[in-house]
Amino acid sequence: MSNSNLELNKLTNEKYKKMVEKASPASPFIKNIINAFIFGGLFCILAQIFNDMITQFSIMRGGEPLTVDAASGYTTIFMVALGAILTMFNVYDKIGKYAGAGSIVPITGFANSIVSPAMEFKSEGHILGVGVQMFVVAGPVLVFGTSAAILLGIVYYIIGLM
Amino acid sequence: MSGKVGNQTIAITRKVIIRNRACIVSKKEKAGPLGEFFDQVEDEKFEEETWEKAESKFMKSTYSKLVTSCNITDQDVDCILSGDLLNQCMATGFALKHTGRPIIGLYGACSTMAESTAIGALLVDGGGFNNVVCMTSSHYCSAEKQFRGPLELGTQRAPTSQWTVTGSGGIILSSEGDGPVITNVTLGKILDFNIADSNNMGAAMAPSAASTIITHLKDTGRVPDYYDLIVTGDLGIYGRQLCEKIMQEEGVHFTQNRYKDCGELIFDPLVQDTHAGGSGCGCSAVVLTGYLLDMMQKKQINRLLFVATGALMSPTSVKQGVPILGVAHAIAIENV
Repeated sequence: MSNSNLELNKLTNEKYKKMVEKASPASPFIKNIINAFIFGGLFCILAQIFNDMITQFSIMRGGEPLTVDAASGYTTIFMVALGAILTMFNVYDKIGKYAGAGSIVPITGFANSIVSPAMEFKSEGHILGVGVQMFVVAGPVLVFGTSAAILLGIVYYIIGLM
Repeated sequence: MSGKVGNQTIAITRKVIIRNRACIVSKKEKAGPLGEFFDQVEDEKFEEETWEKAESKFMKSTYSKLVTSCNITDQDVDCILSGDLLNQCMATGFALKHTGRPIIGLYGACSTMAESTAIGALLVDGGGFNNVVCMTSSHYCSAEKQFRGPLELGTQRAPTSQWTVTGSGGIILSSEGDGPVITNVTLGKILDFNIADSNNMGAAMAPSAASTIITHLKDTGRVPDYYDLIVTGDLGIYGRQLCEKIMQEEGVHFTQNRYKDCGELIFDPLVQDTHAGGSGCGCSAVVLTGYLLDMMQKKQINRLLFVATGALMSPTSVKQGVPILGVAHAIAIENV
């Protein structure tokens, strides 16, 4: 035992670990996944509605209908802006409390993870605060996301050579 | 003559009187079960630009309140003992720079109220100091920013997580005046039971609280029922249960309702969504100065053992996955 505590002579690390596990309630697992499913689905429905609307709008204007790629691009921009605006008005954290992964995983959550530290660290100035801290949450996603993409690209290239 | 008793306790024989007390909280604490005991309520921003400045203002205003309501001036204060949760005790420094009085900055995480009171009592007991201010503060927003994540980040909180109290509380210890006296202080040691979950600080601190209480009783030869109330710092709902269980296993039993916890008392978890309860230096500070000392003043209780608990962790230690260390200091306060 690492502690030299004569007064707690019946308590060991292993025993205490079991006591803590028993005493501490776990997160409501089932409720959390159902909520995440519903909220995540709602974000997707919202994006789909926007996607369909913008495609329809391009047809109504009489021009060439938007390609699938272009419509997806506009939809992504819309969802990122939505996440940022909801964060700005202190709404996104309240959604996140119920939605859990349902509002973290969609791209609105990515916007939230960048805008929220930017807001929080504004008090340290635009460079040392906003600039330095902006990616404090999303940073790992960007680092490992781009790294994985590059690695996969190399693998893809080598396979193409064979 | 005061002296060491047993292993970790010092019995104070000179009269060390809690001459005055003051606290300021934010609206959330005011809305809690102890709301009526907090007479000054301020907005979380307290008309400041940053959370850190707001926390300083909570402390600065509490200090002013303490001194002016006691009819003394800054010059009568011999020493200020204070600390907070922010890096390098930033809130304390900026809050008390205007006082022009000697300061000892303390860091004991959420145990700071008991730590400052213990040292203050010894300074007054030593005879060299007459008016010593012991205080601390915490702020939900500045603590979240430093220890967890941005406020607007949409994440869920664990059921065992605690809500940092926004507020500041302090007392003036003196050899003169009216009020309850400090009779014993038991300084705690650091315990490590390998709890690394920063969302379960109550579990990290519970063994320390139990250890300090048991040591105190052993050192002073007292039984738990000697005290009308034993109150631990901010263990929260589950931490308090753990502490009680540890003590039961070691053979220390309480009479029903004689053992309470500041973190559990200050909020109503069902209405206020505070999960396991309150935390932060301010938690035990405002519960002591607002509620517990009020009960002592009204003679509803006459013997109190106040045991503030601290989870010694930093953002770096949490990221490195090392255990959260616990510490607890006990102060025996009695109406004589």
